[in-house]
Amino acid sequence: MSNEPSINVDHDEAGANIEHGDHENAYSGLLVNDAHWAFGTDFEDPLAGVDTTVPEGVDPKDLAAYCLMLGDDALVFSQRISEWCSNAPDLEEDIALANIALDLLGQSRLLLARAAAADPGLVPQLPEGSPVPDEDRLAFFREDLQFRNVRLAEVPNGDFAEAVAKILIYSTWRLAIFERLQSSRDSVLSAIAVKGVKEMTYHRDFAGRWVLTLARGTDESKTRLLSALDGLWPLWEELFETHPTEASVAAAGIGVDPAEVADEAGVILDQVFAAAGIDRPERGVLAGVRGKKGRDGLHTEALSKMVADMQVVARQYPEGRW
Amino acid sequence: MTQTPATRGEWPLYEVFVRGKRGLNHVHVGSLHAPDDQMALRHARDVYTRRNEGVSLWVVRSSDITASSPDEKDPMFAPAGDKVYRHPTFYDIPDDVPHM
Amino acid sequence: MTTQVNENQFDEAQLEGQFASTIKAKDRIEPRDWMPEKYRKTLVRQVAQHAHSEIIGMQPEGNWISRAPSLRRKAILLAKVQDEAGHGLYLYSAAETLGTTRNELTEKLIAGKQKYSSIFNYPTLSYTDVGTIGWLVDGAAICNQVPLCRTSFGPYCRAMIRVCKEESFHQRQGYELLMTMMRGTDEQRASVQESVNRFWWPSLMMFGPPDDDSPNTEQSMEWGIKTHTNDELRQKFVDMSVPQAEALGVTFPDDGLKWNEERGHYDFSTPDWDEFWAVVKGNGPCNEQRLAHRKRAWDEGAWVREAALAFADKSAAEEATK
Repeated sequence: MSNEPSINVDHDEAGANIEHGDHENAYSGLLVNDAHWAFGTDFEDPLAGVDTTVPEGVDPKDLAAYCLMLGDDALVFSQRISEWCSNAPDLEEDIALANIALDLLGQSRLLLARAAAADPGLVPQLPEGSPVPDEDRLAFFREDLQFRNVRLAEVPNGDFAEAVAKILIYSTWRLAIFERLQSSRDSVLSAIAVKGVKEMTYHRDFAGRWVLTLARGTDESKTRLLSALDGLWPLWEELFETHPTEASVAAAGIGVDPAEVADEAGVILDQVFAAAGIDRPERGVLAGVRGKKGRDGLHTEALSKMVADMQVVARQYPEGRW
Repeated sequence: MTQTPATRGEWPLYEVFVRGKRGLNHVHVGSLHAPDDQMALRHARDVYTRRNEGVSLWVVRSSDITASSPDEKDPMFAPAGDKVYRHPTFYDIPDDVPHM
Repeated sequence: MTTQVNENQFDEAQLEGQFASTIKAKDRIEPRDWMPEKYRKTLVRQVAQHAHSEIIGMQPEGNWISRAPSLRRKAILLAKVQDEAGHGLYLYSAAETLGTTRNELTEKLIAGKQKYSSIFNYPTLSYTDVGTIGWLVDGAAICNQVPLCRTSFGPYCRAMIRVCKEESFHQRQGYELLMTMMRGTDEQRASVQESVNRFWWPSLMMFGPPDDDSPNTEQSMEWGIKTHTNDELRQKFVDMSVPQAEALGVTFPDDGLKWNEERGHYDFSTPDWDEFWAVVKGNGPCNEQRLAHRKRAWDEGAWVREAALAFADKSAAEEATK
């Protein structure tokens, strides 16, 4: 035993004369190397090598505010879905939900980094010399009232029917927006959207398939699904309400006015409902406070608790290195 | 496929085959449970490929595989053309067979 | 009738001979091979215990997913816990080739009839524990598991090759987290030492009781299910960990830990085996909590699993009438 610290345990070395060369070949090409582990989390700067110049004619503050909205949606929804980890109905579903949460977390990291790069004024100040990167400052050092996500993203988890219904609604809406966002004049947003479209096509597919399964499975699963959809439906319209920031980024050719995708998203959802043999819920719209909702930083009670939990360790070490 | 008592309530077992990249054979990488073929494919993608684009996947119900492995010596199997696994659910023993 | 029995006995002897020569040749036993009933039972018990450990092991680290202090670390942790679900899945699959279903094994786990690694009955009390678990607990697991890549039962051996490949990422991410924290603030360094102090002894206990107290070892080694004794692996782990701790800048809480020139190994004090047996027998800090969590997830998922089967049956029936 040498005194060199060896953390990178080599299986052949530790196993001595290991005789599995044939298996090694069998697994070649599969995802068992660094690049594929943890979805490319192994780089420090999420926007490394990307041109972050703000396109001409665009107010950087608007671009940043818009990225914050999209980034908060993804972050908050990812946080909720990750709560399923070790709680899903079976291992296969546990893994599938974690994949979705990881995709959204990756999106949020890029979007928050883009927000910070476009408008450094948004980024919370920490003690001089703190190594906390900008996207983490935005995620962990803003107050809950500064979060700009739609309220759908923060709804506390219910049963598995609620999870798949929520993912279906979210991804149907978001996919319609991202499909348009692919042609954003901002090359960063456009790249994020291209990646996101692939990911969310899968999320929508996963959720749509499960909605169908639950709707046509047993009486209990149908009842649970209907109740979940009923509970979420009051938040559907908020997804398509245009915030002034969204109007201005849409006008500048870098963002999407969500009102534009309302019909398209509705049609897709209705197709799923039709295949599932269920009706679109009839529920009133969840009011805001003097008209203010998630995009204005006006949330449900659930968000502040979630944010407090999410931020507790980071805030304990404002100068911490992770 | 009719369910035996042992499998009722459990999603059937599927075998997963992956082609890591063009030019290679599909290789058996493991198994998983799924209620049906479509879901099995999704699960396979999630579990065994981390949803890597461009990877080709096959899934097949374990019970649908016919196997021949003459060097594996189990007197309970015919010499050829049997199932992959020594799995109790693969023995459809009628209920009226008394305990030995 | 008598003739029949005699014939069977003759066959049995012949089969045992074939089995023994396969083991002796260090060839793999495959699922369709005849095997002694005790070999099968021992393997099922070992593989099940291993699979259960992966699944229960999701909880202590999963406890910190919502609070991980950076977006990158959150993604890494979620991906890691997700991997554990995958490992459990591979291992349950290996057990299925021995004629026992995942459902049966899960029911046994929940009923307390099968064990999982006792380490997971210790609480995670800080986010830092994620790093320590990666370094020490996954490190100990790797010491235990790498030799299993050469175990005599083919499916177990193949599952372990995959598991070990992924585990080495886990150990590295843990060590890397701790190294990063050691470069951070005084509070972070103190947290690392505190966490290491809590996990060192439980990690040593992961190799099981001392050899003279481990009744299954001898037979298991003969069968090639086990390839090293508990004490051999424990020593290997200590020898490996000491230089790693030095490189990290932490100490282990053992006054008796010192290099023994004569033996060419580190001497170390005796773990508290009373505590070990107390935890194994169900009185660890988290035994009840871990099982209750697993049982709740399993019970709450029952309607989903049923619904999916019902849907599959209906779809198959519809297909048939087409």
